[in-house]
Amino acid sequence: MAVKTIFPVTRIHAPLRLDIDIQGNKVVDARVIGTLFRGFENIMVGRDPRDSILFMQRICGICSGAHSVAAAIAMQQIFKVEAVPNGQHLTNLIFAADIIQNHLRHFYLLVLYDYCKGPDIPPFTPHPNMDYRLPEKVNKELLEHGKQGIHLASRAHEMFAIFGAKAPHQQTIMATGVTEKASTERIMAYGSILQEITEWVEKVHIADVMTIAGYYKDYYDIGAGYGNFMSFGMFTLPITGRREFQPGIMKNRGNSEAFDVNKITEDVSYSWYHDEQNSRNPAQGSTIADRNKAGAYTWVKAPRYDGAPFESGPLARGWINGDYRRGISVMDRLIARAQEVLKICRLAAGWLEQLTPGGPTLRPYDPSLNGDGMGLTDAMRGALGHWISIKNGKTTNYQVITPTTWNFSPRDANNVRGPVEEALIGVTVADQNSMVEVGRVVRSFDPCFTCAVHMIEAPEKSVLLI
Amino acid sequence: MLSRREFLTLCVSSTLTLSLADRLLPFVTEAEAQGAISRPPVIWLELGTCTGNSISLDNAKNPNLSQLFTKMLDLRYSVLSNVAQGDMAVKALMDTVNNEAGKFWLVVEGSVMTADNGRVNEVLLRNGQMVTGLTLLKEFAPKAKHIIAVGDCAAYGGPAAAHPNPGGAKGVWDVIDNRVINVPGCPAHPDWMTGTFSHLLFYGIPELDAYNRPAMFFSKTIHELCQRRQQFEDGIFAKFPGDDGCLYKVGCKGPVTHADCPTREWNQYVNWPVKAGTPCIGCASPHFPDGMMPFYNHLPDIQTPAVAVNVKKLGAALTVLGVGAVGTHLAAGIFARRIHKHYLKGTKPSETTPPENLTQLKQDLDDLIRQQNALIAEAKSLEVQKNRQKRKSWLKRIRDFWHNENSPKGKKE
Repeated sequence: MAVKTIFPVTRIHAPLRLDIDIQGNKVVDARVIGTLFRGFENIMVGRDPRDSILFMQRICGICSGAHSVAAAIAMQQIFKVEAVPNGQHLTNLIFAADIIQNHLRHFYLLVLYDYCKGPDIPPFTPHPNMDYRLPEKVNKELLEHGKQGIHLASRAHEMFAIFGAKAPHQQTIMATGVTEKASTERIMAYGSILQEITEWVEKVHIADVMTIAGYYKDYYDIGAGYGNFMSFGMFTLPITGRREFQPGIMKNRGNSEAFDVNKITEDVSYSWYHDEQNSRNPAQGSTIADRNKAGAYTWVKAPRYDGAPFESGPLARGWINGDYRRGISVMDRLIARAQEVLKICRLAAGWLEQLTPGGPTLRPYDPSLNGDGMGLTDAMRGALGHWISIKNGKTTNYQVITPTTWNFSPRDANNVRGPVEEALIGVTVADQNSMVEVGRVVRSFDPCFTCAVHMIEAPEKSVLLI
Repeated sequence: MLSRREFLTLCVSSTLTLSLADRLLPFVTEAEAQGAISRPPVIWLELGTCTGNSISLDNAKNPNLSQLFTKMLDLRYSVLSNVAQGDMAVKALMDTVNNEAGKFWLVVEGSVMTADNGRVNEVLLRNGQMVTGLTLLKEFAPKAKHIIAVGDCAAYGGPAAAHPNPGGAKGVWDVIDNRVINVPGCPAHPDWMTGTFSHLLFYGIPELDAYNRPAMFFSKTIHELCQRRQQFEDGIFAKFPGDDGCLYKVGCKGPVTHADCPTREWNQYVNWPVKAGTPCIGCASPHFPDGMMPFYNHLPDIQTPAVAVNVKKLGAALTVLGVGAVGTHLAAGIFARRIHKHYLKGTKPSETTPPENLTQLKQDLDDLIRQQNALIAEAKSLEVQKNRQKRKSWLKRIRDFWHNENSPKGKKE
């Protein structure tokens, strides 16, 4: 028995430490460890709740759009308003552009070099024996596609900026819509870029992922995990309020069930937080950071649904919506993500047609002074929730549970591992120093640790126990 | 080769940045072939960050990301890019620091987390020990040739450093003594980063202002360059974000934010916040975000010891008291560091930092004069409205005036 540590795991967003226990050449236990704490929710307390849409997205530079959408949904509940139809479509279009850029960047900047040999210059060197299997010609072609993919991801951010003012960190989304106008030339500009991206994804991107899947067939059997899936649904449609991607729960590869928000709890048994009780509903809570807590190993908390860990993300959405149900593995996650890009491109084209050029995109409103809101939406990486309470026009409590918190959660009080920890069990490792295979499993989840770490607490208790 | 003057002209005028790569890169390739320059080794250190600046740099156009890292810079370490992970990546990092001491550039993204002696931000494992970002920064800084802080977090602390600053976030220059070139913004515009890198590569350290920002990008305020400036002068103000007219009254922080967003624009130069109908939130300011919040309330809600005064009342006061008195009022505010900090009553003010030197003080006072001018314009527009309003009794007026209705409700006017 030998516990090996990988720190930092590279080509992911922000710090992740992995402690892997290997027996023979198989992983028998794993701990995923988030090592950055910033306490964003704490900062929001006492501030104007309207600011949360612009401020809280700064938790994360890669999925900023998702955080503003979640905060905007919560604001709509608190202020008892809804977005005007044009505004809702524009919000969805901004969000869609952000997801497209995320998925393309995830594949071509972060994942590609797990399977495809990069040029012989840093940062692609040094590298360990990476088990590269692509023939030289295919490898070269994929590197070329990599450049195009990065370019198209920046084009996707251009679409984002057409209605969102700038990317990352949009500035136009409000509770009742979007400040940018749905002018004909902007609709045209968005549509042209969208068309360019759609064609490329159809022809090149999906083929690239399938090429890699073809050479790495064994990864259809690696990294399964629990088979528990969760989605909050994504892209609210105007008037009906229906979600374009359905919310739902799937337990142990069973049938899709309705989702009940009251079954969510957060457990801190193995997290660096002090709490007199180990498991709470996110809507209540007083938890204090405690870096020296015995037995704890991460800043990430352990959210559970009905007491069980759940995976979320493109594969979960695929299973719940019936878009992709081939299997559960590293490759299935990559393929589901690529196919989702195409689905979102096509949906966005539909919303563009439903816009009324020159119609109102925003309605002025009077913010109410008291209330509670819950903004649930799926983000790029899965289920994202913002819980907000306001009193006398000031934020009194703010909590965020991000997809990476679900996927990369630590153990809970019953010593049940988080989804990624479970997915790593049984992975065969060829070289215990480089642990390439482990990296591939982790990256298939598209982790983002800038988001994952958060606190739940009353403001007066917001002190670090040092 | 471009002269430095030509280069600066290219940087300042946004339309010409489009040709920056075309005009520079051939020379780079040539100079490199002749051994005149070599690509400097770069360590990209991520501390308490959202990685937004890395993502923003991915959006770079001319030069693009691939040109930047294959033709101009030699990226040795970046958590987001290294193919190697764990020990091998750490070795690549330490080899660069030791073998290229005095030559490598240290680019820092994210605030320096100092709480619990930096243990809230551990970044790697070296010789079996967990190492904090704070330790690495202090260790690498003296060995680096240039230290560049990208984004408001690395430059001045940024969002993570907002009150109550749970992680003890600080800007890089607050932690180390070496010179830091600050490229603020939340995130920094890719041109600001690539332009600064290019200048460093070809002409050395660019001209810096009192906050160590490259003057070529940050010498003017958003307000000076704004397309809606004329509407401000004419007293045409938006009543709600998204309306036509100057966004000053719905919270625009353009008058106190130094950046060239209005002429440069974002993401392949397609848009920027005020053009999209939303107020500037001052994300490139050293005082972001505490000095800029609430985002939808207008500058300045001055917290005087007696009473909170907002622009509307101050505007009315101008007509009564005369401009000079208000100027004094504002100046008193800046010296006491009351403005720029937490406009929202009830949010505890954070520790205030007095201006470090005369240049900074002058810059802050310049901002104040702009605010004052803004108030005068506001007062003028109120004057017009006043004539239309019904006469109230003097008593009621005085009572209304001193009664604080500075609630964060953001009521429609």
